[in-house]
Amino acid sequence: MKKLGNLLVVILALGFFNAAQAGLGIFACEPEWGSLANELAGGKVDVYTATTAFQDPHRIEARPSLIAKMRHADLVICSGADLEVGWLPLLIRSSANSKVQIGQPGYFEAAMQVERLGVLEKVDRAMGDVHGKGNPHVHLDPRRVAAIAKSLTQRLIELDPANASVYQQQGEKFQTRWQSAMAQWRTKAAPLKGQRIVVHHKDWVYLFDWLGIEEAASLEPKPGVSPSTSHLADIVSGLKSNPATLIIYSNYQDDKAARWLSARTNIQAVQLPFTVGAHDQARDLFSLMDELLDALLIGIQQK
Amino acid sequence: MKTHSLVMLTTALLASEISYAQSSGRISGSEFNPALSLVLEGRYADYNEDFELPGFQLGGEAGIYEKGFSIGHNELTLSANVDDKFYGLFNLAIASEAGETVTELEEAYIETLGLGKGLTVKGGQFYSGLGYLNTIHDHAHDFADVPLVYAAMFGNHLLEKGIQLRWLAPTDFFLEFGAELTSGAEFPGGENEDNNTGRTLFVKTGGDFSVSSSWQAGLSYYTAEFDLREGGGHAHGGATADTDQEILDGKTSISGIDFVYKWAPNGNPAQRNLKIQFEYFLRDEEGQLEYTDNINSLTGSADYDGDQSGFYIQGVYQWMPHWRAGLRYDHLSSDNQLSNAVGGFTNDELGEATELVTGHTPKRTSLMIDYSPSEFSRFRIQYMKDDSGEVSDDRIYLQFIASLGSHGAHKF
Repeated sequence: MKKLGNLLVVILALGFFNAAQAGLGIFACEPEWGSLANELAGGKVDVYTATTAFQDPHRIEARPSLIAKMRHADLVICSGADLEVGWLPLLIRSSANSKVQIGQPGYFEAAMQVERLGVLEKVDRAMGDVHGKGNPHVHLDPRRVAAIAKSLTQRLIELDPANASVYQQQGEKFQTRWQSAMAQWRTKAAPLKGQRIVVHHKDWVYLFDWLGIEEAASLEPKPGVSPSTSHLADIVSGLKSNPATLIIYSNYQDDKAARWLSARTNIQAVQLPFTVGAHDQARDLFSLMDELLDALLIGIQQK
Repeated sequence: MKTHSLVMLTTALLASEISYAQSSGRISGSEFNPALSLVLEGRYADYNEDFELPGFQLGGEAGIYEKGFSIGHNELTLSANVDDKFYGLFNLAIASEAGETVTELEEAYIETLGLGKGLTVKGGQFYSGLGYLNTIHDHAHDFADVPLVYAAMFGNHLLEKGIQLRWLAPTDFFLEFGAELTSGAEFPGGENEDNNTGRTLFVKTGGDFSVSSSWQAGLSYYTAEFDLREGGGHAHGGATADTDQEILDGKTSISGIDFVYKWAPNGNPAQRNLKIQFEYFLRDEEGQLEYTDNINSLTGSADYDGDQSGFYIQGVYQWMPHWRAGLRYDHLSSDNQLSNAVGGFTNDELGEATELVTGHTPKRTSLMIDYSPSEFSRFRIQYMKDDSGEVSDDRIYLQFIASLGSHGAHKF
């Protein structure tokens, strides 16, 4: 027992030295918010991203490494709107970290900063895994990202007033770059307007809302429910009378249903990068949108 | 220039406070306050032999499913943040046993929120933080029942009243220390005058091997002193006992290690994932055994010195969405001594009658397959080659678990 105690003291001491942190510690639930934090903070923060582009942010466990990271965080940035409901509340409670508790300035839900689509008055589980607070996948609408960035800049200033001027400058720089990129994207994406596209899961609604794309069908019969053969057959017959130009799915989704439908209908199925890090080229929010639009444009041309 | 940016800053700050108050949403687990959830559990069982664990005095909830159709623990849970300082949870199990509806209070506690410095204090009735499986409610287990070592050592779970202090070390990796001061009245402890003899210590650590795999390991220690511990447990069958056994003026202590490993390709468990877990416990206890044979009106007593150990190892693999298969192996062993017998029995007779002294080592192999149509429902079949008692038996359990209401948390 005593030996064990000594060992623990040594382990603990080692850990203390490792834990030294440079700037504001940021815990980002998803890569898009980690990337945004880096854009807005200009090296004044230490960003840890809890999930990768290959993981479904709804299906994460409050695992030990995440609890340890959460303990050190000064600011938590997540999509929110219940996307992380299965793990984030538990993670925050387990961390005992007073700064990031729900309602504290160190707790930031991106989706709740903007208007959400699909807000429900009443939630019934028979509708699938839907959330009353609306669709949380807001990062694919650049207009909403701009608004979120504005709120986040203000939050950074509030939390770290010593570096306020840096955040202010970085924020303005980002907004300028983002607005000009948005203008380019709009021009480039003009051919996408009015296209009918089949999605795997309802995670593209904000992109479609921005670009005026029509969601032709969803491979999942209900959000979070795996595609069934009967539902896919319904889609096939539906597409006969009202065709679509493309089938899309993201990295963390199984491509079986998309390929099956593609073979039956001769509509091309493409895997799209859903967030930062999904492709080598999608390094940040800017290149992610470039990649996305390129893939969509190639997709509809090949039809 | 400087004044200009200062003004801008102030406006930004003011604006931030306003917009933040209006728009910052909360993840609460539910639209309701408090979050309400209900777990329904239905069972069917087929077997021949009753539950026995030679070498172990049964206690707590240790037992097996009722034969045929039955319902399990239907759990009603209410939880919410009490205020900005505390979180509270209340959890009631409603079951039906031998035609009667019984309610059992499971957890009822409050816990601090963001106390800072990595400290968390919990008070009330709660599942002790020792081991890996102990804090996980039965319906979230990967098998239809608890491992034998949990049945033998803790009467399924160590559910205690008291306070718990946890400290999350400020390390880069996960390292948590916990201590509990509890009543000591729950099995494997027992009634004690001051109702405060339970002591628990545990330490947990863990991390990621890679993006695809992570682990957690723990060490635990528990001890309690008691005036009286009644044996017999929760075993189904006879209504009035033919025999009684209890341990007086006893002391028990348990040490344990646990290890969990999880794997999923790219850390995305949706398609395939694997979970392996192992726990080992060692129990050392002593006291005075009192045995009564109600049929022949004979009583006897002896000094009891118990040394017991047990482990389980299990693996659960999801090979395609919704479908999982699991294999579990249980093993227990005991080396108990009875001495200085007085009354109507010799040491050997007492050892045999109470099944505390035995050459038998309980073993069990379980195979389970479950199908989960969604995150909220699960159907399971479990087959067991059960050598926990002296007569080998084949047992089959069928089970469904449905969860209604607020979204549960995915604990590691």
